[in-house]
Amino acid sequence: MPKVARPTSPHWTVYRWQLGSSLSILHRATGALLAVGLIVLAFWWTALASGPAAFSGAARVLGSPLGLLLLFGVSFSFWYHALNGVRHLFWDAGRGFEKAERHGSAWAAVAGAVLLTAGLWVLIWRHLT
Amino acid sequence: MSLRSPLSKVLGLGSAKDGTAHWWSQRVTAAALVPLTLWFVFSILGLPAWDYDTLSTWASVPISGFLSVLLIAVAAYHSYLGTTVIVEDYVSGAGKVVWLILLRFAYVLCAGAGIFAILRMSFGFPHP
Repeated sequence: MPKVARPTSPHWTVYRWQLGSSLSILHRATGALLAVGLIVLAFWWTALASGPAAFSGAARVLGSPLGLLLLFGVSFSFWYHALNGVRHLFWDAGRGFEKAERHGSAWAAVAGAVLLTAGLWVLIWRHLT
Repeated sequence: MSLRSPLSKVLGLGSAKDGTAHWWSQRVTAAALVPLTLWFVFSILGLPAWDYDTLSTWASVPISGFLSVLLIAVAAYHSYLGTTVIVEDYVSGAGKVVWLILLRFAYVLCAGAGIFAILRMSFGFPHP
């Protein structure tokens, strides 16, 4: 705590929820979840390199309801973070700043992430059954 | 000519001289991760089955090992850059430095374990 209680600038709580800020927060949240996904990837490789017994154990953990939920969250995070990341790269190149472009690309990123996640899990489901 | 006072030099105030490096690294690794992650996803999806034999055979192919090492290394670096900013934003005081150090250790551990496992599959383990 600061020694003197100074007035603080308007914080995020005073602002209305908006598309841009919501998706920005979602970008960070999905990025954090993808860090967990990186641990899963290293775990998966380590299990594979440890032999058939270790691998079937890891496959059971990842194939459990909780494991599948985590993988589902990581897969949505991956598609959203990738698509929204491309938006950021376009902005960094100085493009796509008009309101219509921002909103169009925002919804494209969300819709694309939902569709690609659904498509991915259709393919995964075919593999597992 | 420097306009900085001797006092500010001694206190180490001012620019850290690497202001744009973090930003640039994040973008360059982001661009590299687009093809690397897509390759991994579609490579795994393209396999006929996900049992141990199929996956270990896939893993022992040189291109699988090479691109997987690149994927884990670049993803770990990109993720490290991102989560570092999260810690810097939300953690203050003495705990911040501890968290940042723990974060570095965690990423080196994670990437090191992953890359070691990939190399183990590439260079002759298991012997069929």
